[in-house]
Amino acid sequence: MSTIKEFLIRVEAYAAISEQSVSTLSRKLLNDGKGIARLKAGGQCTLKTLSTAFTRLENYERDLLGKDNVNMTHLEHLEAEAIHIMREVVAQCENPVMLYSVGKDSSVMLHLAEKAFYPSRPPFPLLHVDTTWKFKEMIKFRDRRAKEVGMDLIVHINPEGLAKNVGPFTHGSAEHTDIMKTQGLKQALDKYQFDAAFGGARRDEEKSRAKERIFSFRTVQHRWDVKNQRPELWNIYNAQVKKGESLRVFPLSNWTELDIWQYIYKENIQIPNLYFSEKRHVIRKDGALILVDDERMPIGPDDTVEEKMVRFRTLGCYPLTGAIESEANTLPDIIKEMLLATTSEREGRIIDADSGASMEQKKEEGYF
Amino acid sequence: MSHHDDLIATDVLAYLNVHESKSFLRFITCGSVDDGKSTLIGRLLYDSKQIYEDQLVIIEKESKKLGTQGDKVDLALLVDGLAAEREQGITIDVAYRYFSTNKRKFIVADTPGHVQYTRNMATGASTADVAVLLIDARYGLQEQSRRHAYIVSLFGVKRVVLAINKMDLNNFDQSVFNAIEVDFRKFSENLGFLDITCIPISALNGDNVTTLSNRSKWYKGPSLLNFLEHVDVDQNSFEAPFRLPVQWVNRPNLDFRGFSGTITSGIINVGDSITVSPSGKRSKVKEIVTHGGNLKTACENMAITLTLEDQIDISRGDMISTSDSPTAQADQFQAHILWMNEKELFPGRQYLLKTINKTVLASISNLKYKVDINDFSEVADKTLGLNEIGVATLVLSAPIAFDAYADNRKTGSIIIIDRQTNETVGVGMIDFALRRSSNVVWQDLEVNKLIRAKQKNQNPALLWFTGLSGSGKSTIANLLEKRLLDLNRHTYILDGDNLRHGLNRDLGFTKVDRVENIRRVGEVSSLMVDAGLITIASFISPYKAERQMARDLLGDKFFIEIFISTPLDVAESRDVKGLYAKARAGEIKNFTGIDSDYEVPENPEIEIDTTKLSAAEAAEIIVKYLKDNGFLSGYDL
Repeated sequence: MSTIKEFLIRVEAYAAISEQSVSTLSRKLLNDGKGIARLKAGGQCTLKTLSTAFTRLENYERDLLGKDNVNMTHLEHLEAEAIHIMREVVAQCENPVMLYSVGKDSSVMLHLAEKAFYPSRPPFPLLHVDTTWKFKEMIKFRDRRAKEVGMDLIVHINPEGLAKNVGPFTHGSAEHTDIMKTQGLKQALDKYQFDAAFGGARRDEEKSRAKERIFSFRTVQHRWDVKNQRPELWNIYNAQVKKGESLRVFPLSNWTELDIWQYIYKENIQIPNLYFSEKRHVIRKDGALILVDDERMPIGPDDTVEEKMVRFRTLGCYPLTGAIESEANTLPDIIKEMLLATTSEREGRIIDADSGASMEQKKEEGYF
Repeated sequence: MSHHDDLIATDVLAYLNVHESKSFLRFITCGSVDDGKSTLIGRLLYDSKQIYEDQLVIIEKESKKLGTQGDKVDLALLVDGLAAEREQGITIDVAYRYFSTNKRKFIVADTPGHVQYTRNMATGASTADVAVLLIDARYGLQEQSRRHAYIVSLFGVKRVVLAINKMDLNNFDQSVFNAIEVDFRKFSENLGFLDITCIPISALNGDNVTTLSNRSKWYKGPSLLNFLEHVDVDQNSFEAPFRLPVQWVNRPNLDFRGFSGTITSGIINVGDSITVSPSGKRSKVKEIVTHGGNLKTACENMAITLTLEDQIDISRGDMISTSDSPTAQADQFQAHILWMNEKELFPGRQYLLKTINKTVLASISNLKYKVDINDFSEVADKTLGLNEIGVATLVLSAPIAFDAYADNRKTGSIIIIDRQTNETVGVGMIDFALRRSSNVVWQDLEVNKLIRAKQKNQNPALLWFTGLSGSGKSTIANLLEKRLLDLNRHTYILDGDNLRHGLNRDLGFTKVDRVENIRRVGEVSSLMVDAGLITIASFISPYKAERQMARDLLGDKFFIEIFISTPLDVAESRDVKGLYAKARAGEIKNFTGIDSDYEVPENPEIEIDTTKLSAAEAAEIIVKYLKDNGFLSGYDL
């Protein structure tokens, strides 16, 4: 009888996949350890018995199929978590925005936003706080990506800073960063009255970030009160704010640098070419290799412009971002280099190097 | 990062493949101030090669400056983040740490252990699958350790590692280890842990942390890291009922209406029947939409968008379940509450209560008792202060879909938000729903029809289905009853099947017997309506007079006549039970429509034309009638 034949074929297939013996299955399906052996030998059974056994087998097959799916990889977990966070913000907040800094973390965040709301477009604009000292290539990349994704892009430059011609060479890195970046960001958030802003910060970047909430509350003055953070349990996020108060939301909180790179590789996410090594014109300043990105770069009599194979591990203002000498010009090579590196990624940034608690102070004052 | 993995240098693509298929584990570490918790985490990061050289240089410098470990590197400095605690040498908030091996990526919630920071530990425990409890071998099981074990069990962590630390100070004395293990197992008998693993370690020197130590040859178990790499935490999720809390309605254009959310348990397949809470509406899954393409099946933890076969109204806050196991819904609960704010809990005050996807007003109506966290005894009190845990009754302004916390951590948890400050002031774990009946005192009231009905959150009625044999009465009545059950209503169906076999066994099909049959049905229905039930009577009931008799018995207010209108030729052509054929053949006498009359109702409350409507649509029309006429209070909440 053909149904018995089909049953036996499926039992054997299931036994092989599930690594169970046929007699075990026989017991489970027919309440009789020798039942299947008898059927194989040409034995018969009632239609009712066969139908019951079929139903049980189908349940087992479904279980097995499902179990394969249950084993999500860590990247799938992280992706789902970030999507959940983004959807929560859109559902709970009135006027969210995504801070887009053009770096690799922003690229991942943008990609996740496309996924979270698909087939809709992400229902919020992108905001870039431009210090006017970003790498030229970053600006090109930014404009192109915003157009491709079809999202509105708001670019804000601190008008007072612009009027005073603030820059790292004239005002020093600390003042430049404060005026053009920190103050600029606050201005933009106030101007557009955003009640939530996505940021691409990760908890593994720096010690003080390890305790930052995913939904991180900011006062009307944009201050972060470390000791008075809202408890954050399960995946229930409290996004209640009063007028003028806001939230910084970090969907990548639980990602590490390796996760970011691995995800870029797996999902084939676009990142600026600056991450890839090529021949670039650089000057050595205080031990760091600085790209000659435009004519504002002061080149003294002792400075020599060299052409070197370099790339960048993080992207910021070009005068404050040191390049590394490298031959890595493919993603796997970059990842390989990152894995074999012996210094952490923020080391190239001048802002962390001051003292252990510096970042924490900066954050209390409103730095992202 | 000094991942000393040969694969990186030789074949980075192979390395990436290995790391792409890693699994994922979240665990919490708990311990008292000097148990060495930060040192242990520092050790895990250090030994799993997650520390950059520049970080190490800074730590080395600071270690010398602080002098806490003599000349050795103080690994605790790697994890103690904030300035305040670095000065005090203690951890004061929850910090999350990340490391990975070839098998797994780990997220560690590093939480402080002192009494006043219960809330931080609760935060870490709420998402952890495993808890690592640190015990200082010199002092054994302290009050603090008991408290930590209690909190992690309260927050649903089922697997515990007892890391008995500082074993180097007693030269790995097995008797010390055994005594603590025995103590702990006895103490934790009632905490509901599925698995307890005890490991003798020295976080300072790394014994049994990532590799087994040769100083404790008597110990035959895994190293801590080995345990964490292999512990299976996914095994229950698959069999749990499907839950999708709807976060956001995805509406890019008029042609697409999807419901986005993260699956909190179970699996879903295209074609599965689903039920939406609280509306109780049903449909089938049409597509499982993701950016990477539509799926056939999706499971717990996946963030997806569902589209459905039918256009039904679903919004944020609703819960989609498979129809075979829909969520419960209620507006009164008993819950365990942990208070997290300096301002104490005010019973009776309105707070915002937030579930994973819904926010409603709620008050704590009654604090049953407070848990003394030192001996777990129940203490009577009127309020809860910061870090205090109690069991209380919550009354909500609208019902929410939920599961008991013991069954599902994500759909059984709530947070409590102060309406003035918007701070999260408390969190809760739902124990069970309270029916009004179980706690409200009725003794001083006369129990009558309306009070019985009110207890069921409905107005009782007799829904009288009349129509020819084969017109579809029973089919529609059964669907209607299922719908009402989904809406949490109390119903009963009376039909030929359950009455003719018992109460009316003595009656035949003559006109006299038919009249008596309907009289009895009317009387039984009347009792059921008096009991507060929405009663459905499904009978051919061909004669006007008898239907009027039933109407008179119940009163117009409680009697709803539903005429299932199907032309005789249609009913006869269906002939589900083959009765028409027999009647035509003369085998059945007095068959309505053949040789006995059917008197069409003149003014039925509802008339259903089964040639135009499906049974489900008919049931929906009746539910709408009941809703519009106030029989289903709270339907839209």
